[in-house]
Amino acid sequence: MSTHQRVVAAIFALTLLVTIIELVRRRKLKEEYSWLWIMAGVGALVIGLNYSLLETITRLIGAGFTSSALFFLGIFFVLALCLQFSVKISKLETQVKNLVQHISLLEAEKSVAQQEPHNK
Amino acid sequence: MGPDTAVLLPAYNEADHIGNLLRRIREIAPESPCVVVDDGSTDHTAELAREAGAFVISHPFNMGYGVALQTGYKFVVRRGYSYLVQLDADGQHDPRFIPVLWERVASGHCDLCIGSRFLEGETYSIPFARRAGMFLFRRIASALVRTTITDPTSGYQAMNRRVLDFFIKDIYPTDYPDTDVLVMLYRNQFRIAEAPVIMHAAQPGKSIHSGLKPVYYLFKMALDIPLNLIRREEKQ
Repeated sequence: MSTHQRVVAAIFALTLLVTIIELVRRRKLKEEYSWLWIMAGVGALVIGLNYSLLETITRLIGAGFTSSALFFLGIFFVLALCLQFSVKISKLETQVKNLVQHISLLEAEKSVAQQEPHNK
Repeated sequence: MGPDTAVLLPAYNEADHIGNLLRRIREIAPESPCVVVDDGSTDHTAELAREAGAFVISHPFNMGYGVALQTGYKFVVRRGYSYLVQLDADGQHDPRFIPVLWERVASGHCDLCIGSRFLEGETYSIPFARRAGMFLFRRIASALVRTTITDPTSGYQAMNRRVLDFFIKDIYPTDYPDTDVLVMLYRNQFRIAEAPVIMHAAQPGKSIHSGLKPVYYLFKMALDIPLNLIRREEKQ
């Protein structure tokens, strides 16, 4: 890996990390969702500066080329992110359901309470 | 049937049927209040139900059949009713059998009674694919619940307060609560039985089993039924 490639990889990884930290600082990205991104940024930085590590990973996963190993790691990260979102969406869906039911029940009980004095 | 029993009808765009159906239920069970959960209808379902004397709970938007049912369960529990009979608002379920289902539960024979269209001959012709699916789930439900279940997909049911307290929890599957719910109930020591009812054909396209939904339904049941057998958290 040439120095030029290392510098580009390091700049890319550092930009990603700084962007993530800045988004968390501005409260535009919640800490809950930042950890996977920070892991990806740190991973990109470490691999960018240490090419032998990427070669070791390539050997470990049985890939033919280092570029294949990079794609594998990237796809794994995207899958992990999608899974985290799916878990969160499932939880949010239950919360929305409970909220809708709560509001609907309150509305219904309010109208029942308004009718009851007239019925007595 | 007395005032301690509520009749629940989840409804979505049922303005054509809801008024007549509620009047028929009132003749059959005059002391039992009717609860209509209007699941975000865009027609006059809620107004017509209210005019017919029902308690109406309106969702701000369409949430699906299972959510509408659970909203009704929550209302019934909050108002302190002891029993509930639920039926579809599209006129598919003949309301004459409400007291039959209620009696099976109120007498202590079971905790949940399913109205089966197959116990005394079929009341309408069912397409082959649907019939095959029903046969499959009938066999699965009967084997897992250890009692003969002829109509596990029937939404015409009566239940007691114990079942209602169980159904208002977040573990209740709000998309297609069918055979998987029966397995869940059995695993939690609830007693399930069936009683014969008459059902009429559903309107084309209005069924929750229309379009591509049966594909998801089969997937969901294939995943959920085995998982319900190994889940532990809902055990009482």
